[in-house]
Amino acid sequence: MDILVVHLFNALLYASVLFLIAGGLSLIYGVMRIVNLAHGNLFAIGAFATASAVGQWFAGSTSGWLFLLLPTGAIVAALIGAVLEPTLLRPFYRRPEEYQLLVTFGLLYILEDVMRFIWGPYPVSASVLFEKAGSLHVGEFVYPRYNLFVIAVGGLAALFLWAFIYRTKFGVVLRATSQDMRRASALGINVNLVYVEAFTIGCFMAGLAGAVIVPSQSAVLGMGVDALVLSFIVVVIGGLGSLEGALVGALIVGVIREIGITVFPEIELAVLYLIAAGVLFIRPAGLFGRTA
Amino acid sequence: MSGLSPSPELASAPAASAPAPFRRRSPVKVALWAIPITVILIAVPWVVDEYQTILLAYGLAMAIAVLGFNLLLGYTGLLSFGHAAFFGVGAYAVAFMVKYFHVESMELFLLAAIVASGVVTVIFGYVCVRYTRIFFSILALALSQVLWSLAYKFFWVTGGTDGLRVPTPKLLGFGPAEGEGKIHFLTHRYYYYVLVVFVICVAVMWLVVHSPFGKALQAIRDNETRAQFVGVRIRAYRFMAFLISGIFTGISGALWVPLNGLTTPEILTWQFSGEFVFMAVLGGFRNFTGPIVGALVFNYLKTYAVGFTVYWQALLGVVLVFLVVVLPTGIVGSIQLLWARARRRISR
Amino acid sequence: MSLLETSKLTKYFGDTHAVDKVDFSIGEGEVVSLIGSNGAGKTSLVNLISGLLTPDSGTIVFRGMDVTHESVYGRIRAGIARSFQIVNLFDELTVLDNVALSIFSRELKTRFFWKLADHDHPIWQEAHDILQQFGLEPKSSVLAGGISQGERKLLDVAVAYALKPKLLFLDEPTSGVSTREKAPIMDIISSIVRSQGITAVVIEHDMDIIFKYSDRIVVMHQGVVLASGRPEEIRQNEAVKDAVFGPTHA
Repeated sequence: MDILVVHLFNALLYASVLFLIAGGLSLIYGVMRIVNLAHGNLFAIGAFATASAVGQWFAGSTSGWLFLLLPTGAIVAALIGAVLEPTLLRPFYRRPEEYQLLVTFGLLYILEDVMRFIWGPYPVSASVLFEKAGSLHVGEFVYPRYNLFVIAVGGLAALFLWAFIYRTKFGVVLRATSQDMRRASALGINVNLVYVEAFTIGCFMAGLAGAVIVPSQSAVLGMGVDALVLSFIVVVIGGLGSLEGALVGALIVGVIREIGITVFPEIELAVLYLIAAGVLFIRPAGLFGRTA
Repeated sequence: MSGLSPSPELASAPAASAPAPFRRRSPVKVALWAIPITVILIAVPWVVDEYQTILLAYGLAMAIAVLGFNLLLGYTGLLSFGHAAFFGVGAYAVAFMVKYFHVESMELFLLAAIVASGVVTVIFGYVCVRYTRIFFSILALALSQVLWSLAYKFFWVTGGTDGLRVPTPKLLGFGPAEGEGKIHFLTHRYYYYVLVVFVICVAVMWLVVHSPFGKALQAIRDNETRAQFVGVRIRAYRFMAFLISGIFTGISGALWVPLNGLTTPEILTWQFSGEFVFMAVLGGFRNFTGPIVGALVFNYLKTYAVGFTVYWQALLGVVLVFLVVVLPTGIVGSIQLLWARARRRISR
Repeated sequence: MSLLETSKLTKYFGDTHAVDKVDFSIGEGEVVSLIGSNGAGKTSLVNLISGLLTPDSGTIVFRGMDVTHESVYGRIRAGIARSFQIVNLFDELTVLDNVALSIFSRELKTRFFWKLADHDHPIWQEAHDILQQFGLEPKSSVLAGGISQGERKLLDVAVAYALKPKLLFLDEPTSGVSTREKAPIMDIISSIVRSQGITAVVIEHDMDIIFKYSDRIVVMHQGVVLASGRPEEIRQNEAVKDAVFGPTHA
């Protein structure tokens, strides 16, 4: 029985991180109809930046101070997003989709090497926070407390986002723009501002995912593309452009993966693809997606 | 006006109001270009040093892959970020033939590559062609990542990061002659073998692209709905294009691996898939010859870039963005635009 | 026996009945105009019959065959074709190629990837002939994206016509075109359709065109067929006038 709780926590942990990344991707797509192939690298940059802050620059400080530094990665990712959107992406909204994909693919290469340049080819860790948080007992098992913290962050983020989008004025503006950009513009909404804000939030979420997971799992080159592929599976299942979809998709993927790696570790990725393919056959737009 | 004109370019008509991305050439015009270039390619090993010849052999092998890749991008409108999968499958098929079946024949290598890449293409294609644009692109990327992770995980089969060695094969039953060094073999016999396969592949692709099937693909690219309402079965045709594309890329992988002597999971990575994309965009993906030019030019660029800086991938990314912003028609496309502009100026 | 017959054909969009239990039939050789105000259900009906939409209930019988659940491909092969209100062409292919593709498809030759398209002379001859009929011959080697709007509308119809369909749906063939050009375009289309004996359903808003070119007019309003009859009859019909033309019609 206790082992099930441990598995559940693991699944939720994975789902939390995936939700943040995939949710960011979906949000950006929902508002702006673009897919940033370099989105996963913002997750990676978030992880690296936080790892540096916590594990290197301020290493040895009190854990309170270190916890406060945790969001560093999210902020860095958000800043990068705020710079990228107006400069690199905006010129491509009117051009055929291939060009958007090509530009963000080029960005993928660039960011990967930027990370290599700044942080070198070796993993960077911030495990001090993970260790400081200690562990608690689940029956006969010992489970890291830090993981529960990550799950909490994921849950809070989902709540916060929901409130933000459905309960605030900015959320209304965001939804209006995503449904009908032209009409929103005709109503006086500054669409360009909305776009950069949406993109920044999306990048913030990805960066936060990286920031929050890095004490548990070191930042390593290549994690960006892995994250992109996984979050893609999530949005395929949940539907591109839907936050509920990202949440549900992340939960499904988290659970399936946990079952998969317990039973047959080798083929975990293949099982996820099978699920994604299965969902696509039944509902091509995903569970909550829109076909537009 | 003759109703039997196979090349409407020669028919009445005022000049096209926009530069035509695909220019239909009569066979004479094609020969005018193709023959001198083929002669030059034949002469290369006698004129140029060994290093350059091998570099060109690499380029020709890659060009086959990019031709295949572009059948999807330029003609069907599908951008695949996962073509490394087919290249890798072709290369690994060769390596497995060596390791497990002790085969030495290049012909059997090619056959194995065609079959292996064909099987993988069928599986990937069945899933991928149900979707377009973004979904197709990322799905292709994702599936090739699966393949890469398998090559990594099952290292006892695939040799893991160390890879698998592939010795020089026998061409049509003949290995290196008595006393012939490996380099000489590669720069002469193997080079010509690659050249012949290259010419055959170019001819086949030219045929496919100028066939009724090729026109149907372009129609699907331009307007999927209309193509459907003209009676073209979208999914089936995309699947066929995918199949041809994947097999071409598999052949390329098989030709590449004896040159490299070794196959590693590196050729299954997304970075490697990106190189095909880059080559097509560099040369111009709206032209038949664009991919060939792109492959050859990129081959040289990469060699020098890698020697120049460790961060050559960032350089690649920057150049890709530059190309998309400034030169979206690529080298060949830009030349065509300039040429058309010059012709108009002359005819005034 | 009628060429096409729909029975209680229904399509909902959310709560709205775009098409509400419509019985619509058309006889061979007829040229029927389908009219109604915006939102009446005309385009939805055409979309249902041509296969772009699947009905929620009801049946469609074409030449004695039940095509209600047939794929678009099946319907094209059975002999239904359509043009589009917002022009749908292959912009990067030449005008000639656009039409030739229909012919290749009709002849089931599009699957040939081992033969040169240029070598099939009969098809290119036919394509040239069709362009000649539509007055588009001079533009045959121009890219479809580069011709005028009126020419594009004609080409859209030509591409559908080249399939040699039994039933041709024309969705607002003169919309978006200047008033001056409307009649000539409709003249061309009408003469070709009639000379070949093609059964056609034309969605139109321009009353002059409708009364001039139709054998029969079918009026739709809010998803149902309000009236169906010869132009003179419809002209007299008060209910139709109120519903469709409204007080602004002279």
